[in-house]
Amino acid sequence: MSLLALSDITIRYSRLTAVRNVSFSMAEGEILFITGPNGAGKSSLLRAIAGVTPVAGGRIDLAGHEITGQAPENIARLGFSMVPEGRDVFGSLTTEENLLVGTGMHARERGWRSRAADELEAVYATFPMLKERRHGQAGLLSGGQQQMLVIGRALMTNPRLVAIDEPSLGLAPNINDQVYERLIALRAQRQLTLLIVEQSSARAMMVGGRMILMRGGQIVLDGDARTLGNGEAIQAAYFGYEDN
Amino acid sequence: MLQILFDALSLGSLYALGALGIALIFGVMRLVNFAHGDVIAFCVFALLWPSTDAMAIVFAGQLPWYLLVPFVLLCGAGLSVLCEIVVFRRFRQANPATMMIASFALGFVIRYFLLMLFSSRPKSISLLPELSQPVEILGARLPLLQLITIVTTMVILIGLTLFLRQTRFGLEMRAAAENFSMARMLGVRANRVIIGAFALSGALAAAIALIFGAQTGTLDIQMGASIMLMAFIATVIGGLGSLGGAVLAGFLLGAASVIMQVMLPIDARPFRDAFVYGAVILVLLFRPQGLIAARGTKERV
Repeated sequence: MSLLALSDITIRYSRLTAVRNVSFSMAEGEILFITGPNGAGKSSLLRAIAGVTPVAGGRIDLAGHEITGQAPENIARLGFSMVPEGRDVFGSLTTEENLLVGTGMHARERGWRSRAADELEAVYATFPMLKERRHGQAGLLSGGQQQMLVIGRALMTNPRLVAIDEPSLGLAPNINDQVYERLIALRAQRQLTLLIVEQSSARAMMVGGRMILMRGGQIVLDGDARTLGNGEAIQAAYFGYEDN
Repeated sequence: MLQILFDALSLGSLYALGALGIALIFGVMRLVNFAHGDVIAFCVFALLWPSTDAMAIVFAGQLPWYLLVPFVLLCGAGLSVLCEIVVFRRFRQANPATMMIASFALGFVIRYFLLMLFSSRPKSISLLPELSQPVEILGARLPLLQLITIVTTMVILIGLTLFLRQTRFGLEMRAAAENFSMARMLGVRANRVIIGAFALSGALAAAIALIFGAQTGTLDIQMGASIMLMAFIATVIGGLGSLGGAVLAGFLLGAASVIMQVMLPIDARPFRDAFVYGAVILVLLFRPQGLIAARGTKERV
């Protein structure tokens, strides 16, 4: 059974249709890149799964529950964790407080406090830099550090599926490499399912896994990132040559 | 000199508590709650038995202070939460201007409800009379009430700071105030945080009602509106959404009012408020984002 399934999703912003009849599903443990040019509807799709953007039609299922139209906090409780575009750290909170915000949703379960503490240590082990700055204001961290922080924060909720919107945005290439290095290590360590939105397909080809290419709110290609990446089909799809 | 300082602090306390109540709600839902002043008025009238007679029929006001204070706090928190559930919840998705207009309307509904029950005549009440005795400190004679006002405000401010910094709910509230949808994506329950903010804000309104009622001894359905105006200005000067800024600006406004009262030439004193508001314009010209700009609003604009 798939962990995440979207069927026939349409998203509209007043008269503009951002996503049109998109369907795909993800198996547990899969890594899926959604790529495509600006305005292809990638971020809208992620935000719809997270529950912060309403869908105009279609149905979304996560871990065996229908989540269409559900509140974001309930979707998070089913194991979906989102790292939005632009990172969205809570700048006035400390690094550690940022990490702890998401642990409260397990507060009804027994022993959540010690589990949150373990989780915190695990995140600090992955990102030692965060531990150094744990009591510092998160807004003062550099872009790369903030990206690590929001990935750490997403992991603190103990999710089954982590979605990351444009982790490369605004980061120097070498910092970006570091971010991906950690992500791939984390995935292997925790059997995470990863859904990553990137504008360019280069990263997907490097990392491997499955890739979906979107343009104009629709899926134009869906397949293995490495085989897709080498063909001319991807260039045609990306730039839309067939329209001209 | 000491007298001026205490006057400034106790007036500033009222403004600071009012500004805090407005800033708390603005922080979590970008709502400028103009009904806040009428919640204050409601709390004051909760001390009386409803009647349109000129004589006040004291009801809760007779209770000993250890019952009176929790009762009024509960009234404030309860009414405030009711406002959120009945009215503001329907406007979650609306733009801030719509919400503001709704809060105006709600304020009038509360005010006219009070008018219906109590008539528009101001009533006098002697609330906790034992507090009006003067005490002598460092050679200055100060009303005990003024001292208690200042101490109570400090206790509330410290308590609120501890609550926001040390508790899980406080953490969730601060996160939600800065970025509401991100907090929700991390599992923070929107309704709980908003109801919490309204309850706190209502309890702050009740605290103002108690202090103001005890200070002036007259109850007037318009009384909330005047504090509300100053408190609102304090939240704007402090930087909308910044709690620390709201408190700071509240005290500054209180100090400005008291200092001008003393320093202005006698002929100009009746126009004190014009000078205070003039100073407000100057501050905003130089720091339009407020003294302490709140992060959440800054990034949103």
